Amino acid sequence: MKTTILQKPASFYDDFVLKGGTQTHNTHYCPGCGHGILHKLIAEALSDFNIQDRTVLISPVGCSVFAYYYFDVGNIQSAHGRAPAVATGYKRANPDSIMISYQGDGDLAAIGANEILQAANRGEQMTVFFVNNAIYGMTGGQMAPTTLIGQKSTTTPRGRTSQNEGFPLRMSEIIATLEAPVYVERVMLTDAKNIARTRKAVRKALKIQIDKKGFSFVEVLSACPTGWKMTPVNSKKWITDVLAKHFEPGVKKDESEDREPVITLHPQPHFDEFHELLDIKSLTDKIRGVKVPEVKPLADEIKIAGFGGQGILSMGYALANIAMGHRYQVSWLPSYGPEMRGGTANCSVKISDRRIASPLVDDPTVLVAMNKPSLKRFEQDVQPGGIILYDSGLIDTPPERTDLTVIGIPATDEADKLGSTKAANMIMLGAYAKLRGYLSEAYVCKALPMIIKNTMFRELNEQAFKRGMELVQ
Amino acid sequence: MAIINRVVIQADDCKGCGLCVDACPVNVLDFADSLNAMGYRPARYTGAGCTGCGTCFYTCPEPRAITVIRNTEGLEDGYCPHCDRDVKLLPGYRGKGSGICIECMNPLNSR
Repeated sequence: MKTTILQKPASFYDDFVLKGGTQTHNTHYCPGCGHGILHKLIAEALSDFNIQDRTVLISPVGCSVFAYYYFDVGNIQSAHGRAPAVATGYKRANPDSIMISYQGDGDLAAIGANEILQAANRGEQMTVFFVNNAIYGMTGGQMAPTTLIGQKSTTTPRGRTSQNEGFPLRMSEIIATLEAPVYVERVMLTDAKNIARTRKAVRKALKIQIDKKGFSFVEVLSACPTGWKMTPVNSKKWITDVLAKHFEPGVKKDESEDREPVITLHPQPHFDEFHELLDIKSLTDKIRGVKVPEVKPLADEIKIAGFGGQGILSMGYALANIAMGHRYQVSWLPSYGPEMRGGTANCSVKISDRRIASPLVDDPTVLVAMNKPSLKRFEQDVQPGGIILYDSGLIDTPPERTDLTVIGIPATDEADKLGSTKAANMIMLGAYAKLRGYLSEAYVCKALPMIIKNTMFRELNEQAFKRGMELVQ
Repeated sequence: MAIINRVVIQADDCKGCGLCVDACPVNVLDFADSLNAMGYRPARYTGAGCTGCGTCFYTCPEPRAITVIRNTEGLEDGYCPHCDRDVKLLPGYRGKGSGICIECMNPLNSR
């Protein structure tokens, strides 16, 4: 008979250097905790399948958060419940990696319930180990979505009731109803027979991912002797006698035989194609033959404000794009919010010959006010020596400031004369361009239709821009 | 020669949960008389009768508390200074010497 040795799998580190601990051989788990057993089964499978080098294990929030101290594989610690989302991103970027999402019931069935359903529904190529101990173990035994009816926890001291807390969630059954998952099984860590079953399920789930067949999910009923206030041996019995009655072990779905390997996840566009695909070629690339003036020292901080619908954001967006085409550094920061429809809207634009650190504009050098509330709100913020451009057709009380340039432009009235009130923003843009004098008129006329793509306003925008320039004469 | 199987328990890595003692199908495990370094009463091999089934290894939540050797004949022989006698050696862990004494689980450096 050959000599065989069952010992610590090589996929575990030799020493577990937990923060500040002197005991470097032990896990941090309580005596009799199921995590250790499952860790061992996973580590053994990783070593046996020889996938240790390309495995990335995602530690959840919960007792198993320290899994990265034990598994000698790639490790990511994700936000509570988000392990499947992180695994999705990593796997799509690195299709040859083996992603293990290791999650507890508080993590997977409560805060991360949506993440796991969406990832399972997309059939992401990952293996999820769901450790179900019917309680929040790490935080001291609060009720989890999987806590049984009648089970006492620190937050259900009289026992969970369906009227108050609903029914315990059967995640395996829920996930098995989805079309994409390949393999869903519930196992339990109790006696030798069931641990052997768990071992088989762990290996099968990983094998499915190695074969690139898709999403595999193993729910493990696992003991929490501390949280349940039982001895480890009694916990084992409680799983068999009570927990397994509600969470019935067994294969919930298995299509591993019928599925073909999915080799390419999605045809990904090459990096060079992105600009074209998303149509974010810079204006400079699109507009050739129009010479732009030399870059001169400039530090404009512009606040554009008015009613939602006046084209406030579009004006800022167009201005920032045009200035960028003139080789200036720019930022455009729209202020979305409840003001968006009908109320007031504003955006901040920075244009500078030097790099811009923050897109925020607190003290503008230029204020473009298209309605009365906006003028009132921002007038006092404008820097001394700055410019206030306001719609003199809509604002009957002109700015009171005397330490800066105030120019009233009847933009809305003029836009109406041109044919559409909507062009008022372009009139303001023209006025700004004329005042500041660093933009090329020819360039703007060429660029506007590329920035504001609605063909209906193509000529109108150009006319309005020119009209705005004239109004500042 | 009869095949000898062995379970080796590293007392200081054991948390005394008793899952292995409960699970052992041939009842060759019990608890030690004294406490270990962590203050737990660790599991102990009674000394004879291990069948090498591995049940204790798979029920044990600690990665390295339990080692099971099926047929110790294939192991290397060596002298353990801690036990002060000839012993069988487990292959060493990565970078941890040439072997590990199966009696006291101390790593033995290669000479």
